[in-house]
Amino acid sequence: MDEGYLDQFLSLFDQFDVLAAFWVNIQLTAYAAVLALVIGTVLALMRISPVPSLRWAGATYVTLLRNTPLTIIIVFCVLGLWGQLGLTLSSDFQTNFFRLAVLGLAIYHAAFVCEALRSGVNTVPVGQAEAARAIGLGFWPAARLVILPQAFRGAVAPLGNVLIALIKNSTVAAAGSVAETSGLMRTMIEFRPDVIFAIFLTFAIGYVIIVVPVGLATTSLSRRLAVAR
Amino acid sequence: MSDLVLFDVPGPRTRRRMVVVNVLAVLVVAGLGAWALVLLDRKGQLAADLWQPFLAGSTWVDYLLPGLRDTLRAAGLAIVASAVFGLVFGLGRLSGSRVVRWLSGTVVEFFRAVPVLLMMIFFYQGISQLRVVEPRDVPLLAVVLALTLYNGSVFAELVRSGVHNLPHGQREAALAVGLRPAQSLRLVEVPQALIAMLPAIASQLVVILKDTALGAIITYPELLDASRRFGSGNGNILQSLLVAALVFIVINFALTSFAERLASRVGRLTAGAAKAEAPPLVVAAGADR
Repeated sequence: MDEGYLDQFLSLFDQFDVLAAFWVNIQLTAYAAVLALVIGTVLALMRISPVPSLRWAGATYVTLLRNTPLTIIIVFCVLGLWGQLGLTLSSDFQTNFFRLAVLGLAIYHAAFVCEALRSGVNTVPVGQAEAARAIGLGFWPAARLVILPQAFRGAVAPLGNVLIALIKNSTVAAAGSVAETSGLMRTMIEFRPDVIFAIFLTFAIGYVIIVVPVGLATTSLSRRLAVAR
Repeated sequence: MSDLVLFDVPGPRTRRRMVVVNVLAVLVVAGLGAWALVLLDRKGQLAADLWQPFLAGSTWVDYLLPGLRDTLRAAGLAIVASAVFGLVFGLGRLSGSRVVRWLSGTVVEFFRAVPVLLMMIFFYQGISQLRVVEPRDVPLLAVVLALTLYNGSVFAELVRSGVHNLPHGQREAALAVGLRPAQSLRLVEVPQALIAMLPAIASQLVVILKDTALGAIITYPELLDASRRFGSGNGNILQSLLVAALVFIVINFALTSFAERLASRVGRLTAGAAKAEAPPLVVAAGADR
């Protein structure tokens, strides 16, 4: 790698704003994560509730969304919801695509949030629920005071995995015409095909830098919060 | 814990209350469905001529089935290649040599942290530049390579965590009867780890199949791309995307149910515990648990 190669590569950063592209992905992730957490929690409550029809509805949502490719969902949000049904989330063109992509990411990952929360419920031993019932607590008090506090602690690790998947999947927003990292990488490689390796490594390492701390943080958090049994 | 342990067997009053809640819930869910249908109808999306094409043989023969064939081809190739990749790097992570362990660990953690789409675009543009393969084959190659590197790394992680989750006695017994560590790994531990991990491997196949749809972004003519072409040509993009999604759901649902059935069956063939879940994406980069 001679001096020229490095200089040529570095000059790319004057023309293309790589950090801004990563910022778009982080924003996509943040908004979608909050929305997915809300939808996912509702779904999880439905799935553990005593009402059969709600359980069925929650399970159907999860089965349908989990088995659909995210790319189809994002394309559907743009071409179907916006293009055909005229669902407009913002008058600004770019913001509209951004919000549609957030919607697609959120409804897809909500299914995984639901499963993560449910697996958290599964870490709570049966004895806890039985003891709660034995002292006279009903469904709501037992869930609120005994089961859910333990379940959320047990769900930290799987929720962390969903978050990591969401960070990486935010690149799929490119299928919904959002200008983000994968699109920028494509443009940069088209512009300077001679430094393709350096460009790819820049973006790849960018994701490693984002994903690894999140993984380490959720792992240590889940260990710290783990209920000693 | 079964979900049903959260509440008692209902008494007469609770049962009455549950009937009411149940009816209300059915009304809400059905109401949402009806509302969606009304909205669709108001936009004219329920018109029969938009749905009719999917009953015609030519739609399937000319568009959807070739798309499905290309989806399955990419998925099949990626599955075989990831299995090889996973076995090699999984064994690498369990190797006695620290250098090999560190190297395989770095490779596996790197490819699990990079979005598949980035790799796909990189390979697509990189292989086009090299001009060593027919331009026609570049998208397929890029899809398979990207899926292999990511899912192969997940498989490697499955092999490693499968071996780690076996009881210590398996390895100790193998060493006690005179096998060398490498032989114990090859003859005793890895086969049992693979069986214990079969359900997780099966659910990873769903991930591979779903991720082939990313190929549409780099012009690979798979099912999503085919249905999008058909839909924009016939003015029924919404319907054709729904049909494509349905095809994916049916195949993946079959795979998932198979994985769950497998989890309950293979338990007795291994000393490890059969699990239907893949291990965490990032445990701790490079560090052994």
